[in-house]
Amino acid sequence: MAEKIKVCKAMVECLQAEGIKVVFGYPGAAICPFYDELYNSNIKSVLVRHEANGGHAANGYARITGKPAVCIATSGPGATNLLTAIATAYADSVPIVCITGQVNSEQIGSDAFQEADITGSAAPFIKHTYLVKDGLQIGRIFKEAFYLAGSGRPGPVLIDVPMDVQNQMIEFSYPKSAEIRSYKPTSRGNALQVKRVIKEIKEARKPLLCVGGGVFLSNAQKEVRDLARRFDLPVVTTMMGISVFESDDERFFGMLGMHGCKTANRAVSECDVLLLVGARVGDRAISNPSFVEKNTRIIHIDIDPAEIGKNIKADIPLVGDVKTVVLQILKDAPEMSHAGWIGEIKEFDKQPKFKKPEKGRVNPKEFISRLSDVMGENTHVVADVGQNQIWTATYYKIKKGRFLTSGGMGTMGYAVPAAIGAKLADKKSEVLAVCGDGSFQMSFMELATAVQHGVDIKVIVMKNNYLGMVREVQDKAYGGRLIAVSLEGSPDFIRLAEAYGIKGVRVSDEESMDNAFELIKQSGPCVIECAVDDFESTL
Amino acid sequence: MNEMKHTISVLVENHAGVLSRISGLFSRRGFNIDSLAVGVTDDPEISRITIIVSGDEHTVEQVEKQLNKLVEVIKVKTLKKGEKLERQLVLIKLSVPLEKRSEILTIADITGASVIDISQTTMTLLLADTYPNVLRFEEITKPYGVLEEVRTGTIAIQKGAETMTFKK
Repeated sequence: MAEKIKVCKAMVECLQAEGIKVVFGYPGAAICPFYDELYNSNIKSVLVRHEANGGHAANGYARITGKPAVCIATSGPGATNLLTAIATAYADSVPIVCITGQVNSEQIGSDAFQEADITGSAAPFIKHTYLVKDGLQIGRIFKEAFYLAGSGRPGPVLIDVPMDVQNQMIEFSYPKSAEIRSYKPTSRGNALQVKRVIKEIKEARKPLLCVGGGVFLSNAQKEVRDLARRFDLPVVTTMMGISVFESDDERFFGMLGMHGCKTANRAVSECDVLLLVGARVGDRAISNPSFVEKNTRIIHIDIDPAEIGKNIKADIPLVGDVKTVVLQILKDAPEMSHAGWIGEIKEFDKQPKFKKPEKGRVNPKEFISRLSDVMGENTHVVADVGQNQIWTATYYKIKKGRFLTSGGMGTMGYAVPAAIGAKLADKKSEVLAVCGDGSFQMSFMELATAVQHGVDIKVIVMKNNYLGMVREVQDKAYGGRLIAVSLEGSPDFIRLAEAYGIKGVRVSDEESMDNAFELIKQSGPCVIECAVDDFESTL
Repeated sequence: MNEMKHTISVLVENHAGVLSRISGLFSRRGFNIDSLAVGVTDDPEISRITIIVSGDEHTVEQVEKQLNKLVEVIKVKTLKKGEKLERQLVLIKLSVPLEKRSEILTIADITGASVIDISQTTMTLLLADTYPNVLRFEEITKPYGVLEEVRTGTIAIQKGAETMTFKK
């Protein structure tokens, strides 16, 4: 008979078996048994300063490694604080496994201290949840959780473990695979549909490739680039698809959508065949799907059948994993040329002209553009949410690194913790977090996490003293009646950085811009505050 | 739009919490449930849920796809008109004085309802029939004074040899 161990020890063994090296979390009484076992392990435990940020850090980590990452919280408020991070990961299909402590089984339902129904609360925006009632199931549950999080259309999964279950003694062995009879994601595309796709593109005069975040989830960047080359397709991207193509790729024409560039949007409205790859046609990407449906033949490749036909009608639906499907297409597809059409798009592509800012301020768009000139080619850029996000998405000339942001949920405060996760996942690359003065104040407490664990992230704060994007909405749609958007009372971010023991530079002109670029090259976390015109526009 | 009633049968794992995931999905996605009935199948590990949904074709397609995404959902099928048999069960407690008993027995006889309980002043009737027939039965019994009525959601099965089962 095998030796019995505590469930909490088995949980750590599960993580080790899954190759987990780092966990992000915040302890509390109900998760103490598990933390006590982490103490004995070689898994690095990163204390964040708020549970949501633990979730975002795991999000950044998972997106860089392409594998599920782990965050931990205690019961009750610890777990409910995680909800925003879960919804954020769900909206962008990021594989995270959340482990929460729960009150003792016999107390469940009694409104015990720090009791919350977290599996119930998370249900609307999570891929799956487990409330562990019997410790003997722990191995199967962990195996399934990691499998579910990382396979098919990835997403967050939560495992809620009552304290008494964590302390239960069990015979433990970790299963080699997960067998879930009701869960069989399709990865191979239907052969007939694949042929129709090739035929459709062959017959098209103005085909356009639109890439989304699904390309990364499938790790199909290379294959999708090959596809664009073989078919000679012009390419536009959703916000989640930024960095599939390098910014200076000759076929790449930028981000489409409400905050996208004119060139990309014009290409969408003028193309005759739109090939959507791992893009779900969110309302910010294509705001007028019925117009596009009417004028364009639509080919939609996605691993989630529910995304096909949900936001836009597809003429050729093709369910499957992007990488597998694109390889199927490339297998029998001929070379094509669309030089004329690409030339047409190039005609409406104009180089940006940067407006001169007020004295003592810098143009954020120009700053971002110049920043990308000085950064290494492997730099990962994490954009927060708001104007800073659009400026970064539009003007940062991405090369081989990743562009990360909370695209679907639009969660402010995402950048700093996600950058911490991204940096820990890829220590060799530089990692930038670009925030606004609003979003930075939602998570600047994580500077402590970066300092404590020596995580070398560079934080850029675009300071215009307003919640800029909301201010813009109030200006345009509410007659300029500005309310609750002024950030007066904010701290001096340079002194804040110093309070955390790290360096800061304020950028207000050419010279200080150079100082900032110099500081960024030094090792160790830093904060760069960029003084932006109060009323600078998003586009 | 083309608002219609659709009958969707769902095979699910017979686990705690599955029903709340399904009903939660409907409210979150803004789908309208007309009725929902659930019970275990011949396989004790599998439950079958019958849901009646109002909506156009696009809505029903989304309902099917979103249900399929729930991990514990094994199979989803929309049962087509003309290919399905549907029944509801209704219990009606009527206020019945002695002299009216035989009238009620006649109604029960004609409608195919059965009397499942009787007291000095009441009779309780059971009818298992299609939705329109249940409505008619309600109309007919109404004048006798309905003290209480309980109805189940509709359950449905395919006609002929067609089945919806999960083979292990």
